[in-house]
Amino acid sequence: MTATVLPIALALFSLSLLLNLYRLLRGPDIVDRILGLDTLNVNAIAVIVLGGIYMDSSLIFEAALLIALMGFVSTVAMTKYLVRGDVIE
Amino acid sequence: MMGESMALPFWLDALIALLLLSGALVALLGSIGLARMPDVYMRLHGPTKASTLGVGATLLGSMIWFGVGHEGLSAQEILITVFLFATAPVSAHMMARAALHRRVACREGTHGEPWDEMDRLPGYAESSSSSDNQR
Repeated sequence: MTATVLPIALALFSLSLLLNLYRLLRGPDIVDRILGLDTLNVNAIAVIVLGGIYMDSSLIFEAALLIALMGFVSTVAMTKYLVRGDVIE
Repeated sequence: MMGESMALPFWLDALIALLLLSGALVALLGSIGLARMPDVYMRLHGPTKASTLGVGATLLGSMIWFGVGHEGLSAQEILITVFLFATAPVSAHMMARAALHRRVACREGTHGEPWDEMDRLPGYAESSSSSDNQR
């Protein structure tokens, strides 16, 4: 049953990646773009995890962990730059 | 690739399928909210809550899938889950604060302005009054 559900879940996550890309490219304000990029990161983690199930190997979870770390750090850096005008004070 | 999934008992297979499908649907719901809501403050609601739940359900299904009989539970999955659940509220809070600080315009018909509460905080109104001309 998982084998039939897995492509459907991948398709749904790809659709949500496209919606996030739409917000990232169009967003009227810079905060919209940051929000779209952050959601894109979170959904990309899920796509990588589903790909790991599909290939039946947990090797690419390292990439998912790296994306989780870097996505959070970049979001914090961008919002901190917007609020403070400087990243490292 | 997935041929040896018959080793799983049926109810566990159904549970994994349910977790993956509901996680994908919830994440799609959050992304639709991100794409369709009218202003920044509403757009923050969709992905920051729904997407976390959706990715969390997907990760839980993956943990069950790898934990039962395949390669064993890997430490990366637990780390990803803990890290995602710990950092999603922090980044949402910082994005909301950035939107309030920049005084991003909100939808017509909003009662009051979203940054009124922030101006009432002691010591904040003076520091951000220089950004008044950004509206």
